[in-house]
Amino acid sequence: MDRFLYLTFDGLSRGAIYAAFALALVLIWRAARIVNFAQGAMAVAAAYAGYSVTNATGSYWLGFITAVAGGLLLGAAVERVVMRFVDHSSPLNGVVVALGLVLIIQGVLGMIYGNEFRPAQAPFSRDAFQIGGVALLSRYDLFVFAAVGTVVALLTLLFTRTPTGLRMRAAAFAPDVSRLLGVPVGGMLTLGWALAAAVGSLAGMLVVPTELGLHPNAMDLLFISAFTAAVLGGLDSPVGAVVGGLVVGLLLAYVSGYLGATVAPMAVLILLVVVLLGRPDGLFSKAKARTA
Amino acid sequence: MVSAPKKVAISRKKRQRISPLLVVIPAAALILALTYALPPFRNYQLATVGAYLCVTAGLTVLTGLNGQLSLGHGALMATGAYTLALMQNRFNLLVAGIVVAVLVTTVVGAVIGLAAARLRGPYLAGLTLAVAVVVPSIASTFDETFNSDQGLTVALEPPPDAITVEQWQAWVCWGAALVTVLLLAYLIRGRFGRDLRAVRDDETAAKLAGIGVARTQVLAFVVSAACAGLAGALFAVLAQSVSPGAFPLTLSLFLLMAIVIGGLGRLVGALIGAVLLVALPSFAQSIAESSGSVRLEGNLALTFFGVVLVVVMLAAPGGLTSLTNLRIRRKSQKGRK
Repeated sequence: MDRFLYLTFDGLSRGAIYAAFALALVLIWRAARIVNFAQGAMAVAAAYAGYSVTNATGSYWLGFITAVAGGLLLGAAVERVVMRFVDHSSPLNGVVVALGLVLIIQGVLGMIYGNEFRPAQAPFSRDAFQIGGVALLSRYDLFVFAAVGTVVALLTLLFTRTPTGLRMRAAAFAPDVSRLLGVPVGGMLTLGWALAAAVGSLAGMLVVPTELGLHPNAMDLLFISAFTAAVLGGLDSPVGAVVGGLVVGLLLAYVSGYLGATVAPMAVLILLVVVLLGRPDGLFSKAKARTA
Repeated sequence: MVSAPKKVAISRKKRQRISPLLVVIPAAALILALTYALPPFRNYQLATVGAYLCVTAGLTVLTGLNGQLSLGHGALMATGAYTLALMQNRFNLLVAGIVVAVLVTTVVGAVIGLAAARLRGPYLAGLTLAVAVVVPSIASTFDETFNSDQGLTVALEPPPDAITVEQWQAWVCWGAALVTVLLLAYLIRGRFGRDLRAVRDDETAAKLAGIGVARTQVLAFVVSAACAGLAGALFAVLAQSVSPGAFPLTLSLFLLMAIVIGGLGRLVGALIGAVLLVALPSFAQSIAESSGSVRLEGNLALTFFGVVLVVVMLAAPGGLTSLTNLRIRRKSQKGRK
């Protein structure tokens, strides 16, 4: 029972990170109808930028801010320089271009930093508190919950309470009408990509201390888990992404806790297959049919 | 003035008049001559091109002609390679090993294909990406059979004394590659190829014309999986070992780059892609060596492939071979609108 409780909290903490990453995927999907397969690589690039700043200045927080801001800039650049010029008549094209970006980013990172794992420091202790003799949460887990919670709250506020959020939703929902009404649709798209990449980078920064360390391929599995989370919740639904993330996190924690860590990736694959075949629109999607 | 769609039809007809046999037989003669002229290392590279050609040819049929994007072909190659390694180490009969490797991969491909037929666009890409990332971890889960990250060595009979190992490898790989290309060429010019294109272009119209959409999609996946299994088995023969590290996610992305740059759906494009898959890393390697930087090694090729993929998709989504064809098709699309 103690072990079960510990794994549950561990799973929720992992799940919060997956939720943030899945949210980044959902943001871009809603804005541009593209699943950003380069999200993982972009998050790694941002994390490396943060790592460099942390090493140079000795401050984790400067590195953290650099990573999130770097993600913001990278997202805007990717949309403005590459994605805007993709021919979207076939849904394949966007995916292929994103995969090309993955190769470029991983190659450039490998050239600059080399292909070995770089240990990344955590801002808080990862030793769990003992509550009633049971190890439950670490300070780092609390930090993860706070960070992801803040992001979710800010995004909700942005999309439901501000004029900019309204414009972004309008630009995604009916681009032509919005353009006629004076909404800068292209700018909203860039903003959407920038925001999503920043959220993805935040998730990347949060996940790195819990893994082996920084590596150009470090986010491959994070991407798969977050993609599964996003599909589980329905690619259209931000609420679904958060719930999906927590579910995937719990599943991974239980599977690696009871069956062994090497089985966890397979569990994700099986969950993805089951969701795609059983309920491909996700648990929270309102859309009747999937067209793309 | 001939209308644009008719032009496409005419140009297609002209292309189809060349019999595949007339291309493959001279190619076989050329390869045979080359294997005697080339030094061992070049022969090895030639053999690798042949092995790559098997998988790119199959993948271009799936992605180019049927519109299904698979990122899981690296994992399917791993399936073929591991099957061959296990077969060889037990029975040591190369032909039987290759046949079983193809069969096993075909079955795995059929399973993925059954799921894939129900999925479109990014969903299919995501599922196959998950397969590519997860499958290497299976090797460490069942480590008594697959020996974890170290992988397995492949026992092979030495070739006859008259020829070098590399020459023999080139024969095996190109023999398999040319047979694959020949079979695929006949397959896609017949009814099956027409069904593939019909399903890709408009599923509803294809259904109305009496084509089984799901059946066609699963078959396309099975055919290309068999090709990937063959290529995987050949890679095991080439390297004389198999390990999860030989089939990373980037391998699947490289395969995608190869078929995109050569022109999706064209077997000639698959050949161009296969040549580039061998030539570019070797070129990048020589640059890295001359500059003396360890970090450039591998990563330069990675970056280069990425840039090529993005630039080709932005500038000419039809790939290198179809630059002229593309213009006609664009016109015909405008005409229809």
